[in-house]
This record gives sequence, structure tokens and C-alpha cells, in this order.
Amino acid sequence: MSPKTALIEFRNIAKIYGHGEGEVRALDGVDLKIEAGEFVAIMGPSGSGKSTAMNLIGCLDSPTSGDYLFNGVHVASLNHDQRALLRRNYLGFVFQGYNLLARTSALDNVELPLIYKGVARVERRQTALEALAKVDLQGREHHDPSELSGGQQQRVAIARALVGKPDVILADEPTGNVDTKMSREIMEVLKALNEEDGMTIVMVTHEEDMAEYAQRLIYMVDGKVERDGNPVRGDSRR
Amino acid sequence: MIWETFRLAVQAIFRNAMRSVLTVLGIVIGVAAVIAMLTLGQGSSSQVTADVEKLGTNVLMLMQGGGDQRGPGSSTVARAFTLKDVDAIIDQIGSVETAAPYAQSTTTGVYGAESTSTSIVGTDNRYLEVVDWPIVMGRSFLSSEERSGKPVCILGETVRQNLFGNTNPIGEMIRLKSLTCEVVGLLEAKGASSFGSDQDDVISLPVKTFQRRIMGNNDISMIFISVLDGQSTERAMVEIEALMRERRRISESENDDFRIMDMKQIASLLTGITNILTGLLSAVAAVSLLVGGIGIMNIMLVSVTERTREIGIRLAVGAQANQVLMQFLVEAIVLSMIGGFVGIVLGLALAAVGANLMMIPFVPSLVVVAGAFLFSAAVGVIFGYFPARRAAKLDPIEALRHQ
Repeated sequence: MSPKTALIEFRNIAKIYGHGEGEVRALDGVDLKIEAGEFVAIMGPSGSGKSTAMNLIGCLDSPTSGDYLFNGVHVASLNHDQRALLRRNYLGFVFQGYNLLARTSALDNVELPLIYKGVARVERRQTALEALAKVDLQGREHHDPSELSGGQQQRVAIARALVGKPDVILADEPTGNVDTKMSREIMEVLKALNEEDGMTIVMVTHEEDMAEYAQRLIYMVDGKVERDGNPVRGDSRR
Repeated sequence: MIWETFRLAVQAIFRNAMRSVLTVLGIVIGVAAVIAMLTLGQGSSSQVTADVEKLGTNVLMLMQGGGDQRGPGSSTVARAFTLKDVDAIIDQIGSVETAAPYAQSTTTGVYGAESTSTSIVGTDNRYLEVVDWPIVMGRSFLSSEERSGKPVCILGETVRQNLFGNTNPIGEMIRLKSLTCEVVGLLEAKGASSFGSDQDDVISLPVKTFQRRIMGNNDISMIFISVLDGQSTERAMVEIEALMRERRRISESENDDFRIMDMKQIASLLTGITNILTGLLSAVAAVSLLVGGIGIMNIMLVSVTERTREIGIRLAVGAQANQVLMQFLVEAIVLSMIGGFVGIVLGLALAAVGANLMMIPFVPSLVVVAGAFLFSAAVGVIFGYFPARRAAKLDPIEALRHQ
């Protein structure tokens, strides 16, 4: 094994929906390497395959062909429960629509991954409170999602993603539902997680302003990586 | 983890309190019905046993009519007994302590402006002895009254209440049909019989008075016999049967036109009837439990669809399929066990009230209660499994997209 095993590696991955005439190639031979500690933004027009790529990275979906290696492990060789364990221990998800449990306090939402990890109650509570503090939500622990603003809800979701100390946080359009000011707050949180805690962050976005927070921009078109490089202003334009 | 799953289930149930109540209603009604039926059934069985013990296991009843008809054509015309049969049994069967005639009819008793329809019994003091029925006021019949058929009577407690209210009945005259007779005694209150009829609604007359002045014949429908302590009731029954066949001139080829029962047989007859009734009613109640289970399955299926997104979130943060399955299964089980618990409490309360009204003992059984509880848990497992499996099999991507 080479000393520099990439954290995430796609080898000629294709994802095909449907058959024959109606066949859709969501991903069409993608090769990709993401190293630990990177902050990567994935952009592209809708239907370019960026969400499909995220689902594959998150082990929520399987490729039609090609290999996906997470930390050198072939994900295709893992069964359903092992993939659940991989998500539980190494991955954190942030969704565009927050996906918090309704009628459940912020604290309980953040504790959820720890329940499945089997963390004892007292420790769980402590860890969840720390995660909420990290996203600046002290004093909001017992609010239901319906009592929080969009930006606050997304920060609860980020706290939930980071509470299990994952290697990677996968953010699928995290700022898609909030205004610019809140978007900046959310991006600052993600940036801090990357820079201060060394978490790898992979983010799908369609806002160039947000992509600029990342160190690396992958631009996808028609299921292929069209450009992969530094998201400096102007450089990321097609 | 099990504790967490349980906590999640309880949370989910209380988050939808109204729906949960409606869901468990079927289980509550089913369990309550089964518990009430079985408890009342056991109460009435134990009442029968207690009655028989009170009467004594050494008491035999000789009744007219065949015991076991063997097909059509076997003539078993019900012939009545006579007072001579009573004497013959006492004289000729060594193991018999005593025997008493018993003839019965229904008529109206009148005292002043009050009247009551009641059962009148022609018998003698030996009957009260055999069935151990004490007199609480006044006296029993005098032997001269029994011999010559004097118009005297002893009242049951219910008749006394209906005719006399608060006044002392002893020495008063009441009218039965055309017969005017003097009240000489009052029987102790006995309560309801195993069949639920009021044993105190009775007027007792000397058998000769009854035959001559009420019925106008010499018939006796039943003979009560007590066997001496330490003597075999089975042997006495065989001997009495032989004697009665001889006295009634029944040939070898003919069947008995009478039957003898001891109290054990009567008790098993009564408990048999009770058990059949209890079984039937419990079966009906069990069907409602089944319906309750289907209700739980319905609601759980709706709940899985409603909470598809929640399931997707749980899968995304690392829940395994089994953990999702357990969550929904435990929820169904907790729901049905809550239903079972409430049903047990309600059923026992109903049985207590029912037992009180029917004047039978209230006999709650641990086995019945535990059985009902386990059964309702089983309903949760069986009817919760299908929806839970559906939840566990959801595809996380699809589930997260679900609105």
C-alpha cells in the first residue's frame, strides 16, 4: 500500500439509471482523489452528477461500475450494515433541507448519531453540548427546529454532523435555503472545522461565493469532471 | 441501546398521544372483555364449588326422568315418586342417614294488600336437615303438623321482605291460592344459587299439606337423601337404584325412568355449563383482540409512511437496518402492552362490578392476567413486525427525498 492513501478515491466510476434508450449516465467514468484535510467544493449545472457523486461518497448509493475506495477500503465489498457503520464512524452529513427531526430539541437532534454509536447518556449530553457550542448555539439547546431560523437549523445540522468526530463532512448545498448573511455564518463554521479541527469537507454548491471558501473546486458537467483546481475568482468561471 | 430504543418508542407514542389512544382502544376492549369473562367464569365456578361444599358431598338427589336415554323408543315416561318411596329408602338402605321428599310449584302468596309470586315447596323438617338450612325465627314444623297436613308454612327471606316489610311475620296468616296458612318460621337468608336464581324466594309447607291443598295429588318430584358419614355414596347410589327399579317394577331390558345424582355430578354439570359459556364469550372477546392487533398494524404502517424522512435521517447518521426495525417493533409492542395493561385494569374492574351484581365471588387469577398481558405483547410483535420491516428496508436516498 502506498504511504499516501487518499481518503476518498474514485476509480473510473459510472452511475447509470434506466436501460437502453432511456439510459441516463449520471456519472460517466469519474476519477477523483480527495486527501485527508482538504476542503473541496463541487459545482456544476443541475444534472451534472454532483449529487450522485455525493451519495456515492456518503455510501448511501452504489456505483454501476468502477471502484470507490474509502481510506483504501473497497466500499463495494461492504454489506449494508457495514456501510451504516462506516457512515456512523467516519462521515457526517449536512443537507440542503437541514433534515432535523421535527418536534425534537436541538440537543436531542445532535445526540442522535451518538445514540447509534452507543455512547453513554452523560457523555453523550456533554459531547452534544460541546458540538452546539462550536456552532455558536449556546442557549438554544432546548429549542425545537420550528423555533429556530434557517441558519440556526443548519448549524444544528452541522453540529449533528460533527458530533461523532467524523473524518469527512459531506455538505449537500448547505446554504441553498438561507440568505447571504446566514450563508456566510455557515461557511465560516465549515471553514473553521476544516482549518482548526482538520476535518475533510466535501461540499456541493451552486453559489460561487460559497465555493470560494474551499481550497479546491471540482467542476462537473454531464457526469464528468471538467475542471479540478483552485477556486480563485475568475479561474472557476467556464 | 435497548433502553434507548424503549425511550424513543415512548417518545414517539406520546408525541402522537391522540392517535396512540385510538390505536390501543381495540386492544384495551379486547383484553378487558377477555379478562372480565374469564374472571366472572372462575367466580361462578368457585361459587358452585362452594355451594356444593356447603350442601355436603354426602347428599344425593333422586329425580324423575331417565338419566341417559338410549335412542328413540326407549320409554322413559317421568313417573313421580311417593312418600312410601321415601320411607322405603330410609328403612331398607343401611347407609342412608335420612331422606326427605321435595315437591315444588309456583303460586302467589298474599298478605293483606301485599302479594308476591313465589316458589312453594312441599317437604318436611328432614329436608332442612339434609340441605343444612337453619331457621332464624320461629320454629320448624311440628311432627303432628307434618302427619296431618296442617296449614302452616315457613318463609324464605325474600318472601318475608315482599309480604311483611318490617313487621314480624310469625303467627300471621297468609293466603296461597285457596289455602290460608299460618307462618310459623323464617329461614336463614341463602342468596343466589349457582344458576343465579334467588333461593330465598320460597315458601315451605308440610308435604301432605302441599299435596292435598295445593296440588291435589300424592306426587313427589324429588327426594333428597343424605348418606351416613364414612359410608360410600357410590355404593348407596347403586343400592338406591336397585331398590327404585324394584319398587317401580322396571324389567331388566328397560332403562331407569329416574336418576340419582350426587353433588359432585351436579357440580360438574354446573361448572361444565359455566365453562362452555365462558369459553364461547372469551372466544368472541379474543376476536376483538385480533381486530385490535390489525388496528395497530394499520397505524404503524401509516406511521412508517409518515416518518419516512425521519427514517432516512436515522439511516444517514448511521442507524443499521436492525436498529430501525427494533425501533418500530418496540413501539408497536409498547403500544399494545399499554393497551393490555389498561385492558387488564378495566377488565378486572368490570368483573368486580359484575361479580357484585351477580352475587358471585370475585376471583382474579394471576394466570389469566399474565396470559392477557403476554398475549397483548405478542399481538404487538406479530402485527408490528410487518410495518417495522418495511421501515428497515427503506432506501436512505429515497427516504431522505420523501416529503
